[in-house]
Amino acid sequence: MKTIYKVAIPIAIIAVAVASAFVYLYSTAEQTVTLNGAGATFPFPLIDKWAAEYHKIKPNVQINYQGIGSGGGIQQHTEKTVHFAASDAPLTEAQAEKAPNTLHIPITIGGVVPIYNLPGVPKGLKFTGKILADIYLGKITKWNDPRLTAINPGISLPDQAIVVVRRSDGSGTTFIWTSYLSNVSPEWKETVGRGTSVNWPTGLGGKGNDGVAALVQQTPYSIGYVEFTYAKKNNLAYGCVQNAAGEFIEPSIESFSKAAEYAALTLPRGDESWSKVSIVDSLAGNKQASGAYPITSFSYILVYKELNVLPNMDRATAKALVDFFWWAVHDGQNYAADLYYVPLPSSVVAHNEETIRLITFNGQQLRG
Amino acid sequence: MMSEMRILRKTSLSSFGLKVKSLLHPKNPLKGDHVFKLISILFALSIFLILGLMVYELVKGSWLSIQTFGLKFIVGTTWDPAVSRVFGALPLILGTLVTSAIALLIGVPISLGAGLALSEYLPKKFGFAVSFLVELLAAVPSVIYGLWGIYVLIPFLRDHVYPYLQSVFGFIPPFSGSIYGGGVLTGGIVLAIMIIPTVSAVMRDLFSAVPNSQREAIIALGATKWETVKTIISYARSGVIGAIILGLGRAVGETMAITMVIGNRFHIWPSSLFDSWYTMAAIIANELLEATYDLYISALINVGLVLLFVALVINILARLIVWRALRLTRGIVRE
Repeated sequence: MKTIYKVAIPIAIIAVAVASAFVYLYSTAEQTVTLNGAGATFPFPLIDKWAAEYHKIKPNVQINYQGIGSGGGIQQHTEKTVHFAASDAPLTEAQAEKAPNTLHIPITIGGVVPIYNLPGVPKGLKFTGKILADIYLGKITKWNDPRLTAINPGISLPDQAIVVVRRSDGSGTTFIWTSYLSNVSPEWKETVGRGTSVNWPTGLGGKGNDGVAALVQQTPYSIGYVEFTYAKKNNLAYGCVQNAAGEFIEPSIESFSKAAEYAALTLPRGDESWSKVSIVDSLAGNKQASGAYPITSFSYILVYKELNVLPNMDRATAKALVDFFWWAVHDGQNYAADLYYVPLPSSVVAHNEETIRLITFNGQQLRG
Repeated sequence: MMSEMRILRKTSLSSFGLKVKSLLHPKNPLKGDHVFKLISILFALSIFLILGLMVYELVKGSWLSIQTFGLKFIVGTTWDPAVSRVFGALPLILGTLVTSAIALLIGVPISLGAGLALSEYLPKKFGFAVSFLVELLAAVPSVIYGLWGIYVLIPFLRDHVYPYLQSVFGFIPPFSGSIYGGGVLTGGIVLAIMIIPTVSAVMRDLFSAVPNSQREAIIALGATKWETVKTIISYARSGVIGAIILGLGRAVGETMAITMVIGNRFHIWPSSLFDSWYTMAAIIANELLEATYDLYISALINVGLVLLFVALVINILARLIVWRALRLTRGIVRE
């Protein structure tokens, strides 16, 4: 009798434990949804914040986002290994062909600003696009070049060589910067062009926004370009840039937002080709765009219009994904400013609502 | 004795069941050895498989670039992903070789001195402590060397060392030109610091391995300490060359640290030692993530293939030299 108890009691305990574990796992497995995303590093801090905040509201939704670069994100989107990707640039025609029916959802706005290290000169030095292009072409080599002193009266610029700093790694920031330089300088367009990395005529290369910021901080008489966030975070002096309307615009959340509003007037439908969308390009030559900072860009989330093309997709996951997007473009925007991101203007939010309504699972709309 | 062992085996194996029994059958006690031998051989062959797969993948990945540029890729001097989409790797190959050569010029004398001091001059206990620290340096991740390069070494060199160098040697071209801090020489110095631990540890082992009979013989002939040391170096010279080439192998493949300090500028030849340049490993680390079209990605993988080839040649050289060293010592009476 005793031996039977010795065996039976542990077996009973184990059986109950295993059964309850199964019940627990089964019940949570039914509810917990994991959304996987990958792509650009620029929106990473924002998406990461969203993931944490959204998990508080909807504890059953877990969002994993990996900042592996726009290129890597687009590749994973094309291979259908993530639920959504993020990219600093819209898909090109060739990329869109490989990932048909991709929707573009602008989620935040970034501005690229010229930063400089000039002992004794505060922030707000004025630059025109032509001057920036010629500095980066190696044609303007001194800080007291007559073209710089002419538009900066009252500031004594030193007779020192300009140390040009740019990115060494491929990046969306470089793409926006070189797009702007291509628009304002025909010579830049023909010899260097626009790209995530280009054949730089001059300059020191720093790795990442951090690397450029560090190089400029440490090198007297240098000039560089970074995402606005990094200029703010590192307390670097940044310049004003002339827009097509002829105004010198100080980089700020307001002037970036203004730029996005002008671009929003001509945005294509979410499921049309976005390859030509560029705030930088839409502002080039737009003399009406008063108050808009010219080197501004959207950062996008890429997602398939029909979610059943993804492997292992079910309705619950699809619904959770769409609900998350809806929250991100509305309530999620409240977290942007604290992290120096630019909240989307209401016109862009309205445009995104239309795009999110296009997302379906097995042909059924997920958000009315 | 034999029968005792058999009994032992039988009793201890009875609890393992049939499978083990058939493997280590008492009638064939060597069967286990055969199995072990087979597994070991398989593991050894897997190294060929891994290298083969690596070469296959690299060639496959760079096929588009090989088709487009052919051998022109190796002699090309343009890297233009944006406008003309032409890629050539010659400046990268030169940059890699020159920075590695500078690293050897600085690192080898220091390593040689350190290795000799540890094996010949310092008291055993102290030498043990120092060699422990030296080997610890080899375990520091390269990104740490890079960060230290940016925040400590570059400002120091820019403000104190390079202006002095320029004031003394400025009349010859390699020491003229603007000083930014980062650049070819800084890259070489960081690489030197990174290879010193490995190279000096190998050298210490080499010198310690020289038989004491050699030292006793030369001292008996009336040699001074310095003459003894010279004999020891010449005794171990083949091994020393092997150690240097191992260091070169590390310098050639180094990525993170060099990317962070060299300035990453693509041009055929820098105007001075203070100018910025580029290396093969650095351009892959920099551009692969955001490479936006197939030919671009393929060209970067092609750089990887060239890098593997250069590293392979260096390692084969090192092997040949080490083999020669082994053949030399085989004929000599060992302690």
